[in-house]
Amino acid sequence: MLLMVSVLIFVGTQILPGDVAQSILGQSATPQALANLREELGLNQPAYLRYVQWLGGLLQGDLGTSLTNGRDIGEAIGQRFGNTLFLASCAALIAVPLAILLGLISVLYRNRWPDKLISIIALASISVPEFLIGYILMFYIGVQLGWAPSVSMVTEGMPFFARLHAIALPVAVLVLVVLAHMMRMTRAAILNVMQSPYIETAELKGLGMFRIIRKHAFPNAIAPVVNVVMLNLAYLVVGVVVVEVVFVYPGMGQFLVDHVAKRDVPVVQACGLIFASVYILLNMIADIVSIMANPRLRHPK
Amino acid sequence: MRRIPLSALIGLFITALFFLTAIFAPLIAPYGVAEVVGGVWDPPSAEHLLGTDNIGRDLLSRMIYGGRTTIFVATAATAISFITGAFLGLSAAVIGGWFDQLLSRFVDVVMAIPTLIFALVVLSVMPVTMPVLIVVMGLLDSTRVYRLSRSVAVDIEVMDYVEAARLRGEGRFWIMFREILPNALSPLVAEMGLRFIFAVLFVSTLSFLGLGVQPPDADWGGIVKENKDGIVYGIGAALWPAIAIAALAISVNLVADWVLNRTTSLKGGRG
Amino acid sequence: MSDPLVRVRGLKIGATIHPPGEPSQDVEIVKGVDFDLARGKVLGLIGESGAGKSTIGLSAMAYGRGGVRITGGEVFVNGRDILRLREGGLRKLRGAEVTYVSQSAAASFNPARRILAQVTEAAVLHGKFSRREAEARAVDLFRKLGLPDPENIGQRYPHQVSGGQLQRCMTALALCPQPDLVIFDEPTTALDVTTQIDVLKAIKDVIALTGVAAIYITHDLAVVAQIADDIMVLRHGKTVEYGSTDQIINTPREDYTKALVSVREIDHQEQPPAPPPVLSVQGVSAQYRGMDRDVLSGINVDLSPGQTLAIVGESGSGKSTLARVITGLLPPYKGRVTFDGHDLTPDQRSRPREDLRQLQMIYQMADVAMNPRQTVETIIGRPLEFYFGLKGAERRKRVVALLDQIEMGAKFLDRYPAELSGGQKQRVCIARALAADPKVIICDEVTSALDPLVADGILKLLLNLQKEAEVAYLFITHDLATVRAIADSIAVMHRGKVVRYGPKSDVLSPPFDDYTDLLLSSVPEMRLGWLEDVIAHRRMEAGGE
Repeated sequence: MLLMVSVLIFVGTQILPGDVAQSILGQSATPQALANLREELGLNQPAYLRYVQWLGGLLQGDLGTSLTNGRDIGEAIGQRFGNTLFLASCAALIAVPLAILLGLISVLYRNRWPDKLISIIALASISVPEFLIGYILMFYIGVQLGWAPSVSMVTEGMPFFARLHAIALPVAVLVLVVLAHMMRMTRAAILNVMQSPYIETAELKGLGMFRIIRKHAFPNAIAPVVNVVMLNLAYLVVGVVVVEVVFVYPGMGQFLVDHVAKRDVPVVQACGLIFASVYILLNMIADIVSIMANPRLRHPK
Repeated sequence: MRRIPLSALIGLFITALFFLTAIFAPLIAPYGVAEVVGGVWDPPSAEHLLGTDNIGRDLLSRMIYGGRTTIFVATAATAISFITGAFLGLSAAVIGGWFDQLLSRFVDVVMAIPTLIFALVVLSVMPVTMPVLIVVMGLLDSTRVYRLSRSVAVDIEVMDYVEAARLRGEGRFWIMFREILPNALSPLVAEMGLRFIFAVLFVSTLSFLGLGVQPPDADWGGIVKENKDGIVYGIGAALWPAIAIAALAISVNLVADWVLNRTTSLKGGRG
Repeated sequence: MSDPLVRVRGLKIGATIHPPGEPSQDVEIVKGVDFDLARGKVLGLIGESGAGKSTIGLSAMAYGRGGVRITGGEVFVNGRDILRLREGGLRKLRGAEVTYVSQSAAASFNPARRILAQVTEAAVLHGKFSRREAEARAVDLFRKLGLPDPENIGQRYPHQVSGGQLQRCMTALALCPQPDLVIFDEPTTALDVTTQIDVLKAIKDVIALTGVAAIYITHDLAVVAQIADDIMVLRHGKTVEYGSTDQIINTPREDYTKALVSVREIDHQEQPPAPPPVLSVQGVSAQYRGMDRDVLSGINVDLSPGQTLAIVGESGSGKSTLARVITGLLPPYKGRVTFDGHDLTPDQRSRPREDLRQLQMIYQMADVAMNPRQTVETIIGRPLEFYFGLKGAERRKRVVALLDQIEMGAKFLDRYPAELSGGQKQRVCIARALAADPKVIICDEVTSALDPLVADGILKLLLNLQKEAEVAYLFITHDLATVRAIADSIAVMHRGKVVRYGPKSDVLSPPFDDYTDLLLSSVPEMRLGWLEDVIAHRRMEAGGE
């Protein structure tokens, strides 16, 4: 799967109409300069050969060198990847428990005001793009209230809590963005389980609500809920890109966007592949968990 | 006649308002899109209802023209994604076999890459022009439409009435367009609403990142980008697009919800 | 004995339905029902789907399914009105005094927990037995219910036992807390006839052994007659007739009850085979893709022109697969199908249009056999247009003629399927098949989704049309009463093979092969004591060998 994705990313950048060398140098480039650059990039070799070389490099941990500044991409990415992971995991740590809790609340108060309030807020936050939520928070909390810095500069050797304070706003944005989806889907997953006939059986046994949820609903709801969580973490990976740009946070996403603008193809390829890998990995975990949690597969006939 | 619920009516009304504004933008907008008419970030006044932007253009006019661009790009991309996605999805369900396998696996691979990342990768080599933007967005989004229409069509395809048509000797096109499509329409239309919202958000995001609609053309994402520096000084010009996008998205959502509800009632009555 | 266990007076049950996009409506499902049930007795509730019988059953636990609520009347259990109980009191009632067995045990068991834990849960939780006692009771019940390996079967997960076994486990679940009343809601409906008889016997025995009272809900009068002391016949939420089982079966008073009790009275003279056959299946074997097991093996049957061949068998016998082979949806890997003297192409996609026209099909579920977005005129008119090129007024004239033939008339032209009743839908499907003017119509369980009275009407219509249009039927069904009513020849199928085949009179008279004997004797008969007779007969035969 990952292999197919790498092919696709490569094809996306290399085979599509549009001359890489031309776009790097711009319209005013001389034919001689173009030819030189093509030579330098190895563009005169057939595409499959270039792909094999690129892939071979990847497997040895060599992500290639940047076109714009000639630095090794792996080195440049390393630090930023760490920053991105830090940001994303902080958001996940807050969002996941909160989403499950809110999802449960809206199931318990189904069609009453807490449920309705939660779904209205969810709908609203789904309807606004991430970067706008970012600026809204920046405007009111960062600038008008001054509770948190509106630009998230982090530097090496920064103390942990200073770091946390610096990323408070981007984390808040990511939490808001993911929370709505995750909560809606958690609610749907739990409701789906609660409507099964075996829950009716449990009710007709005269069991209390608490025991029904603990003994009958919960074991069957784990798989769908974990699935929801994983899918949303994958979603988080994408949200990170935009949020980093908004808050000028030195992470992978900002790095990627910068180099797309500079048309630095090797960097874009490498970043794209890393983002896609994380995304695929999370999706795979979701699949595996749902297989493991299925009693039919755990206890074959 | 079936009564339209209030929420859907409000949604329809606001959606229509947005589209009309987009169509008649040159008539409505008080100033030209690139016309510098005031100082930098003038506050709202009688002449400039929303104030002016970072180089003194009328913000209301730019919002109206920006809405026109955003809505046009989103509509065109949604149209492309629907025509390709739905056609291929229905074909895959009806033809089945290797055709379905090949197409579905391919879509799986494309969908394994987050849309935004893929779009960034592609846009890093392609020239960023409006047609390219529309086609890239449309094709990337068509994978989702493909999945939905295929799964809806596969459910319908096993119905006895489709088998009956097949046993009668009907051709593929009859089965696709006369037997399956009319029954798949409601979920598809509802999905179209969601895809449209997604396209609006997506094009805004791309423009915000500087990879979507290029200046001096205005669009909502671009307006945010141009005015974002004002935020630090407490100037809220960049927040107007947020209101516009949210209002459009919520009202389209309300309409889509209603269409979807009508679908579920189909089992009982005629739609 | 003065106070009955259950006393129901003036029970009214309503429901709120929410048609999307329209204001909610309140409808009355049960319109005033009275009955009594003494300790240790069994009351049968019988009626069509939608008659309100399940709803009444669940009211004995003061429980309403989604949106259903009890709007009036009194329900006394053990002398107290349970409709006035609060949450805590209800919880003590449910699962302790009154328990429930649902139609689908497969869905009613929690897939993530072992059977034994679920069977004993209520008994332990209500403090009726200790865990150890409850488990001993469960094993004892498993044994009484005739489950294999009663000591260990509880350690399995629900998906690891068969449907018939799971239904018995559900009965054990209901009986484990030693309740005063068990509600059985169609416990055998989802099972095959040969399995049904065993489960029925197990339930009857265990009721007798434990002395529990029961409400037994079903749509099959012959089944309930075997097990109930009293029967209440329901229709549209009202009591039609209420009396002892003996009285209901032997001297029914109301017309509706009489119609339910009477065996199908359809006059059909059996025709002898008249070669050459119009349709002939010769040595056909077939498999589904990806499975190396024969779904059909070596099938040989002939259908004479203008006659009816019934294919009988239980689910999984391969009878519907045979229809798929004949229609060309599943090409066989061996053998051939001939039509009117020439070979039919195995794959339907390459058959000439003329062959497709001559061979039409009617389905079990008329609901899904018609495109919900087409009007009756389009549904019936399309074959006319497709095969004969009829258009406009000419086509409409022919559609109206067909509507008259199926006794419906021109006013239905513009209706959509959702606006028709179940019987009308099936009639439109028949008209669509007739529109092609075929020589053979395959009828796949066409009456089994319909209520008995409606089904009779459809069968009579099919027989009349057969005389008028000279069409032959390949009639696939699991219902032997239907077969007796309309067949000329019968093929009995079991596990992909034809085990018995010939003219109706031969197939249905002894000596039988083992399977046909089992199948025929498992069909419930509308008389008291049938169940005991069959079981005694089987024991005797088994002992004699």
